[in-house]
Amino acid sequence: MLKIENLHVKLEDEEKQILKGVNLEVGAGQVHAIMGPNGSGKSTLSYVLSGREGYEVTDGEAHLGDVDLLDIEPEERAAAGLFLAFQYPVEIPGVGNMTFLRTAVNAQRKARGEEEMSAAEFLKVVRAKARTLKIDSDMLKRPVNVGFSGGEKKRNEILQMAMLEPKMCILDETDSGLDVDAMKLVSEGVNALRSEGRSFLVITHYQRLLDHIKPDVVHIMANGRIIKSGGPELALEVEQNGYADILAEVS
Amino acid sequence: MSAVAETMNVTDERLAGLTLPAGGWSDAARKDALSRVQMMGLPSRRDEYWKFTRPDTLTQAFAVPAALFHNDEAALFDDVERLKIVFVDGVFDADASDDLSLEGVNIERLASADTDIHWARDIYGVLETNGQKPVERPLAALNTAFATDGVLIHVTGAASKPINMIYLHNSETSDVMLHNVIKLDAGASLTVLETGPAAARLNMVTEVEVADTAALHHIRAQGRDHECRAATHIFARLGTESVFKSFTLTANGVMTRNECVLELTGDDAKATVGGACVGDGDFHHDDTVFITHDAENCESRQVFKKVLRNGATGVFQGKILVKAGAQKTDGYQISQSLLLDGDSQFLAKPELEIYADDVICSHGSTSGAIDETALFYLQSRGISKPVATDLLTLSFLAEAVDEIEDETLREQINQRMASWLERRRG
Ligand SMILES: Nc1ncnc2c1ncn2[C@@H]1O[C@H](COP(=O)(O)OP(=O)(O)OP(=O)(O)O)[C@@H](O)[C@H]1O
Ligand SMILES: [Mg+2]
Repeated sequence: MLKIENLHVKLEDEEKQILKGVNLEVGAGQVHAIMGPNGSGKSTLSYVLSGREGYEVTDGEAHLGDVDLLDIEPEERAAAGLFLAFQYPVEIPGVGNMTFLRTAVNAQRKARGEEEMSAAEFLKVVRAKARTLKIDSDMLKRPVNVGFSGGEKKRNEILQMAMLEPKMCILDETDSGLDVDAMKLVSEGVNALRSEGRSFLVITHYQRLLDHIKPDVVHIMANGRIIKSGGPELALEVEQNGYADILAEVS
Repeated sequence: MSAVAETMNVTDERLAGLTLPAGGWSDAARKDALSRVQMMGLPSRRDEYWKFTRPDTLTQAFAVPAALFHNDEAALFDDVERLKIVFVDGVFDADASDDLSLEGVNIERLASADTDIHWARDIYGVLETNGQKPVERPLAALNTAFATDGVLIHVTGAASKPINMIYLHNSETSDVMLHNVIKLDAGASLTVLETGPAAARLNMVTEVEVADTAALHHIRAQGRDHECRAATHIFARLGTESVFKSFTLTANGVMTRNECVLELTGDDAKATVGGACVGDGDFHHDDTVFITHDAENCESRQVFKKVLRNGATGVFQGKILVKAGAQKTDGYQISQSLLLDGDSQFLAKPELEIYADDVICSHGSTSGAIDETALFYLQSRGISKPVATDLLTLSFLAEAVDEIEDETLREQINQRMASWLERRRG
């Protein structure tokens, strides 16, 4: 599904190398987790995959299926099936959440040559999905993420994901800022989307989330590289001992 | 040549080509206005009040020709139930206009109102004269003297539908002065819509008297013609608990100066002046506002948003003057520009002058680019860059447009801006 090879990324305006040869392959239907110390490059990886400006790929490749991701615009990557749940969802005053969602859903459908969703159908679907995430209709009416609490923003990300039905979902610290109940809600939302043809890359600092969303593979990222990969037990090891042992082991 | 001599030269040349219309009841006001213009002289680029906007094409003897613009867009407010009054290059078009009768409203034309006992006599040129202090506005006095037509509206009750003045531009060289007078009696209410460019060069004055507890809603969409020029003035006086709300949309036009001079003279009055403008290329747009608070517990809002690209220029000069004794004044002023590229510029001069001690006044002015983070967020959801840019641009303009209370009218203005943006995607 997602294949990243030898990815090197530096900041566009600075001589600062952030990703230093990332290799990662997520198979169809799999869930992979990435853990790693602050500043190791996890969010950068997710931004580069989704096409944010400000980064320069100096080497390497990334493919989603047979689509060469690094060559196309962010909206084309989205239409190809990539979705990023942001670590810090963006507030957009003046743009209604509903308008935003419907514009996005229909833009992607159009890009894929599918029929647009009617207003009535959209409303029905969005209401049902919002209900399961405990997002009330007032939040749907408000401008995108404006005045939302930290946890509400994260739930709104999952709602967008549920509406857009992407193939490859990257969740960047979706668990941070969530209370225990919200974490369960969000995890259930994610688990409901798990399927043969859909993969997840879950970036997190805490084992807790992985209790709910069971990963097939756990990767440790440090200093711009994946330094170790393993099964779910790797997350438990990090939870108990921190990164010191793993870092020492690979250096 | 000295500055004064140059000004007088321009003024003399302008006046030489004009003759005072025989106005009956307005004759005295016209003669007075003429002598005031002669005293003041027309504005020159050395005037402080014209620091950001060159007045020469507005003051010179002849209008710069403006090519006719063929607009395939449906006319604004087409499906709104309204009373239409049509002027073509400043000339009243009876065939295209509705019958000038509306319950609770008395509508006449400036050009035909020659009866000697006339209600408009107490307003025509009077509010304009009042508005010449502390800053002179000679183009408005010129208009009072020479305006050839306009609409006189006297509202005695709640008007059942809006009155829409439609100003068409059909001659490349038309040089037009129109003067409207709107008087709302106590408790009366009216919505006035104004649409269209009017002429190659337009000088427009609107004087508004809003009596106690009356309400005027004014929505104006200046035409989309690229080469037109306009200098407009609104002078309004607000009574106790009255409401005055004015919104202007300007798209295109090579030179537009919109002045709004409001005086809140009765307690608990509320005034809002808002504007959204979208300018591309050879576009200069100036909003100049002067609000005087002269009563207690009044509220005024100025909300101006400008989207500029390809070297367009936006100007905002806004002043709130709170007189001694105007306690509990709540004055709000914001002017913001969204610069879609590095070539465009926004020049702002916000001012507060306060002589009362118990007031809340705030003003802010900003200039910014599209928020790249928000743009990426939208794109990452599959929305293309141009569509995402338009969404963010409309959301930037929304704060001004949202000042329009009526939802249908507000949506039409939004639609207008959205299609303008869509046509001009970079
Ligand atoms: N636009 C930028 N400008 C300057 N530095 C940047 C930029 N983007 C990333 N960096 C730097 O690159 C490094 C990696 O950042 P990144 O956000 O990818 O880390 P992370 O692994 O997601 O960390 P965290 O766990 O704290 O979220 C950090 O040192 C960060 O300061
Ligand atoms: Mg991060």
